[in-house]
Amino acid sequence: MDELYRIEDLHLSLPDLNRKPILGPAPRIEILKGISFTLRRGEVLGIVGGSGSGKSTLGRAMVRLLEPTGGRVVFDGADITHLGEAGLRPLRRRFQMIFQDPMSSLNPRHRVGQIVAAPLRLHGVGDVPAKVAEALEHVGLPQHFAARYPHELSGGQRQRVGIARAIALRPDFILADEIVSGLDVSSQAQVLNLLERLVADLGLTLAFISHDLSVIRRLCSRVLVLHHGLVVEEAATDRLFADPQAAYTRELLDAIPLPDPDQVWT
Amino acid sequence: MADARGMVKRKAGLKLWLSGGWLALVVLAALLAPWIAPQDPLAQDLFLGRMPPAWVSGAEPGYWLGTDSLGRDVLSRILHGARIALTVALVAGGITCLIGAALGLLAGFLRGWVDLAISRLIDIWMAFPPVLFSILLIAVLGPGLSSIVIAIVVIDWTRFARVVRAEAMAQGAMDYVASAQVAGRGRLSTMVTEILPNVLPTIVVLLTLEMGIAVIVEAILSFVNLSISTDDPTWGGMIAEGRTSVHQAWWVLVFPLVTLFLTVLAFSQLGEGLKDRFDPVLR
Repeated sequence: MDELYRIEDLHLSLPDLNRKPILGPAPRIEILKGISFTLRRGEVLGIVGGSGSGKSTLGRAMVRLLEPTGGRVVFDGADITHLGEAGLRPLRRRFQMIFQDPMSSLNPRHRVGQIVAAPLRLHGVGDVPAKVAEALEHVGLPQHFAARYPHELSGGQRQRVGIARAIALRPDFILADEIVSGLDVSSQAQVLNLLERLVADLGLTLAFISHDLSVIRRLCSRVLVLHHGLVVEEAATDRLFADPQAAYTRELLDAIPLPDPDQVWT
Repeated sequence: MADARGMVKRKAGLKLWLSGGWLALVVLAALLAPWIAPQDPLAQDLFLGRMPPAWVSGAEPGYWLGTDSLGRDVLSRILHGARIALTVALVAGGITCLIGAALGLLAGFLRGWVDLAISRLIDIWMAFPPVLFSILLIAVLGPGLSSIVIAIVVIDWTRFARVVRAEAMAQGAMDYVASAQVAGRGRLSTMVTEILPNVLPTIVVLLTLEMGIAVIVEAILSFVNLSISTDDPTWGGMIAEGRTSVHQAWWVLVFPLVTLFLTVLAFSQLGEGLKDRFDPVLR
């Protein structure tokens, strides 16, 4: 078994500045309370949970935007739990992230070409223009979009730029944090189709964070259900939908709007 | 219905042209003053005291905007005064901008103890009354052009630091900063390549405002006789002299005042105009 990520008993707490006393440190809120799982190469893992469940925090700890306060994050055999920014830099090209809000995740004063090229330039990859062109093609954006600014694009197109930036370096792992929740339904479907195709074509390993189980079902082979900073259920996607074990999972399943609800409105 | 965007654009263009045009005139006047000034700005001729401007009866030919009580040519003094006004605007405005914006950017983006130190410094600094502070500084440093520049920089850097800090803080919370970190960009590099372009339009507007303020400060200090020596023609000094004889010779007061007013207005409008014209996000 080729495991890419191993998360062991992960704890993460952040200071609560609202309750900070005048003197002394702020009390800390524990967001992740001991999470363990492994992610295999080529797998698409869904991380689902309600708001405040810690799913985004978990994702940000995996790509080390946040430093865990306890436990271990092991990426491809290397312990990155407490690595500093300098130590992380060579690894940074191997895991990328796609953000929730395509409005704020693209620098409004950089052109699309520049945005997609930035990670390539930072890691000294050769032949940047060709790689940018290739990445844009992968996400189905015409080449002349490279000269545009983000505000000239629609929400779905912006999210494609975010995806192009993440795949340009051909990373081993991509974290997708609620990437379709800001889009309208038809753009959602297009972005999900695209992601599905990229996973197949490029052999991506993906962690897909969402609050929406119906989106997870489309894409993921295995699901992690988070509730209040703990894993309440971990199962293959079919199993989870057919036979949910935890009460919280059933609650989430019930929240999926069905195409033919029992209730009649008229 | 007409397309409103076109109208906004045209108005912005007009603003830019008018303010830019006036400032270009002032710059030309400053550069060419020794050659285009009709008279020596310092030459006194008591027989030609308080001559009215050329279009008023009783004017002396060759003195287009009249003369002051010592018989010095008002137009020539305004042209030469532009040199001092512009030097102060560019040098003081530029240095103030560099120092203030750099500190604001560092505080707003790096946060932590850097922010704490710079913010406290700003708070303490702003508790000093600025006019007293500048007069005290000039009194200590002695009058002169460099003292004025130093006084303006020392007093006004907080203006930049505060605004840029707030702006950098807001930009720092955006996901594109996290994205740069995920891509492996260092903190300072992120600050320069990601944050700075987004704060730059604000800095440009502040800079042009500050240039106008610098011109005013120089005029105020000249007015209270704390600028450079009273012989050198400065707009503030001319206004101060004109004030004493406003009933006999209004032109000594009015022309430098109008020039000062238009220049300061042009600086502030230039900033707005540049922002409207060249900011890709607004365009």
